[in-house]
Amino acid sequence: MSGRVLVGVKRVIDYAVKIRVKPDNSSVVTDGVKHSMNPFCEIAVEEAVKMKEKKLIKEVVAVSCGPQQAQETIRTALAMGADRGIHVEVTGKDYETLGPLQISKIMAALAKKEEAQLIILGKQAIDDDCNQTGQMTAALLDWPQGTFASEVSLEGDKIKVVREVDGGLETIKINVPAVITADLRLNTPRYATLPNIMKAKKKKIANMKPADLGVDITSRLEVLRVDEPPQRQAGVKEHKHGARNLAEGTL
Amino acid sequence: MLLRKVSQSSALCGSILRIPPVLSGGRRHTGAVVAVQNARLYASQAAEAVLEKPAAVGSDTASKVEKKTVAAESKSFAVNIFKGQIATAQVFPYPSALNEEQEQFLRELVGPVGKFFEEVNDPAKNDALEKVEDHTMEGLKEMGAFGLQVPADLGGLGLSNTQYARLVEIVGSHDLGVGITLGAHQSIGFKGILLFGNPAQKEKYLPKLATGEHVAAFCLTEPASGSDAASIKTTAVQSPCGQYFTLNGSKIWISNGGLAEIFTVFAKTPMKDPKTGEMKDKISAFIVERSFGGVSHGPPEKKMGIKASNTAEVYFENVRVPADCLLTEVGGGFKVAMNILNNGRFGMAAALSGTMKGVITKAVDHAANRTQFGNKIHNYGAIQEKIARMTMLQYVTESMAYMISGNMDSGATEFQIEAAISKIYASEAAWTVTDECIQIMGGMGFMKDAGVERVMRDLRIFRIFEGTNDILRLFVALNGFQNAGNQLKSLQKALKNPLGNAGLLAGELTKRAKRKAGLSTGLTLQGTVHPELAQSGELTTKAIEQFGAVIEELLIKHGKKIIDEQFVLKRVADTAIDLYAMVVVLSRASRSLSQGNASAQHEKMLCETWCVEAHDRIMQDIKSLRSSQSRQLFKNLRAISSAVVENGGVVAPHPLGF
Repeated sequence: MSGRVLVGVKRVIDYAVKIRVKPDNSSVVTDGVKHSMNPFCEIAVEEAVKMKEKKLIKEVVAVSCGPQQAQETIRTALAMGADRGIHVEVTGKDYETLGPLQISKIMAALAKKEEAQLIILGKQAIDDDCNQTGQMTAALLDWPQGTFASEVSLEGDKIKVVREVDGGLETIKINVPAVITADLRLNTPRYATLPNIMKAKKKKIANMKPADLGVDITSRLEVLRVDEPPQRQAGVKEHKHGARNLAEGTL
Repeated sequence: MLLRKVSQSSALCGSILRIPPVLSGGRRHTGAVVAVQNARLYASQAAEAVLEKPAAVGSDTASKVEKKTVAAESKSFAVNIFKGQIATAQVFPYPSALNEEQEQFLRELVGPVGKFFEEVNDPAKNDALEKVEDHTMEGLKEMGAFGLQVPADLGGLGLSNTQYARLVEIVGSHDLGVGITLGAHQSIGFKGILLFGNPAQKEKYLPKLATGEHVAAFCLTEPASGSDAASIKTTAVQSPCGQYFTLNGSKIWISNGGLAEIFTVFAKTPMKDPKTGEMKDKISAFIVERSFGGVSHGPPEKKMGIKASNTAEVYFENVRVPADCLLTEVGGGFKVAMNILNNGRFGMAAALSGTMKGVITKAVDHAANRTQFGNKIHNYGAIQEKIARMTMLQYVTESMAYMISGNMDSGATEFQIEAAISKIYASEAAWTVTDECIQIMGGMGFMKDAGVERVMRDLRIFRIFEGTNDILRLFVALNGFQNAGNQLKSLQKALKNPLGNAGLLAGELTKRAKRKAGLSTGLTLQGTVHPELAQSGELTTKAIEQFGAVIEELLIKHGKKIIDEQFVLKRVADTAIDLYAMVVVLSRASRSLSQGNASAQHEKMLCETWCVEAHDRIMQDIKSLRSSQSRQLFKNLRAISSAVVENGGVVAPHPLGF
């Protein structure tokens, strides 16, 4: 196989940020909150870039859907080694209701437009934990899928994928074109270094809207309410002889 | 970097020399003679500085910096307060020195740098190993952290001072030991090449320095030459053919001394005085490669803090340095050293504002979760006052750092007093904030695992190196006096022809009469500060008026001998520091209010609280500068010190008698 890989990169609230729910329980606070690339997407980018470095593929295209700031996430992918970016601009209300189905429609349309042979996505995003986009994209394209990949190797025009399944590993071989979703152990993503970020400034990011791809992003889902998880009750220390709470003592 | 403590003392004598002789009743000595007579401490520098002609220097920066010695119409806020004036150009509005592209680029850099320090660097391990872990060092090099300000076409990132400050702040919040390794390399190690190198020198050295393939170090301090930089003994003797210099001497406490391939070395070179024809030693700066041969170093020093950074002695034995490696010209070394240090100080303020941010987070986390006497401890006033003060200290430091970096980026050439103030302020604020963080955390803060005791140890050196805070205070005060003195001098000239200068004199007389009567001389920040901060603005102008008046009184009273009045100079410097702190927060909080930031009211409160307390301190200092009681106090302090020194320790017998 030799060709083009599309990699999806999602901009999410940074994993280290303490999430706060908006007072009206409509969603979580995102203003002024640190965002970064979804960690599973980083793994997807790393895998694609490695393939390119091994000259197994020709081009890595990073795709992100969202408002203007999504370009920052694309820039990170470019700094990690992706060749160019596509920013599908989705803002306002549309962005709030953007879910796996809408994204997979966009990815499927882009895959056709770009004549991609492979789509690599993170297995899920750490914000909504949906774990659906890869599967839906494969279904919409009617391509085979290799989800939860912990090892990927190209063998001629087939791909061997070792999948993380309950209680062990499953090895499958699928045809290209295909959709792969990255699990945690697939690789350790590289850091975007400052010189590479600088070089990435020269790489191109194409801008388009879902309508340009003929995609309808109307959502059928309505979020009723968002709540914080219940507060964990403070634990109690049990000592050998049943004496409690010595730790609450005097230091 | 440990070594940098120096050249400001030479800068200092630069200023001493320029205090106009007119003030001491018209006796016309040259400044040098006066300095030598009056101040043994400064004698050698004074002699040096007298030779220091503002001759052409091989770089724009150098010539720009040179111009700042001209006192007329300085744009520097700090220079002007010594004349009782307010120059707003450099302080209002708060500078925003980044263009859109620079801001965008910086935004992209901040994340990965933070991530690297959170995920790869292990400050506790670096501290325990007393070196930066190998994989971290490699990571930092790949990261581009060794060439932040090297131009992009020479392999660096070409960052502006403001961009640099923002990244260094991240380093400072995680690991000051790594910060020193990086700072000794690029803030001082090769800064001389960046600022003063000719095109050939830049092309030859900067690419490998930018990638970290070569590490750099700055070599000034010697066993017998610390704050008194002019007393260095290392020599560089030019060969008869003129093709090379032979370098001999040893340098101590050199940060990166054991790692560096490229050294910026300061040494004495004999040269002929163009006027007298006498041979005199002058300081020159050289780029020295380890590969020249004859360069060796001692074992890493055992230190209290910044253990991860390498500090070592460096020896030069008959090192043959090609004449091409001279930075600027023979005898230009002082200027080089001074400018390197002046240009790097804002970075320390930026790094330490990051350090403070980090420890404040730790303190607050503890205060919000620790329960004692049935309440979270942040509910208690004793803790609240600490957290509030820590926050103000951080706010002031951060405001200074980005004010100065912004000034530098917009081409300001006069920032040496401000830069010195930011170094003094930042190093003392960070120490206090970290100390209070440990206090809030109590026993837990004292434990190694909390990670704050390391910060405390790391911070201690910041009040010592790059010019001890004590020497820098003298530098701040004397630089200010020099400019104020020049103003007085022109006034004195005008007095010789009172009729021809009637207008000027009338104005000055009214100003003084008003000051005496405690009336405003018309100085105002109205229309400059945000209306909501009018009161703080007024406190600031009042304080500046009184400060200007007391400076003039001191100049008239002491004349050139002011250089010997260190008790006075210290208080003058403290006041100048407080004044600059007031104006930077006024400016920043004003901007925040104008922009309607979410934090504007909080910042307003920081600003108002700071200004009220700073104003009180300033008035107290001014009062003591004027009072005869404090003369007695200074005499007492002097006498106590002499007695104890003479006795080799405390004099009073033990209360038990044995």
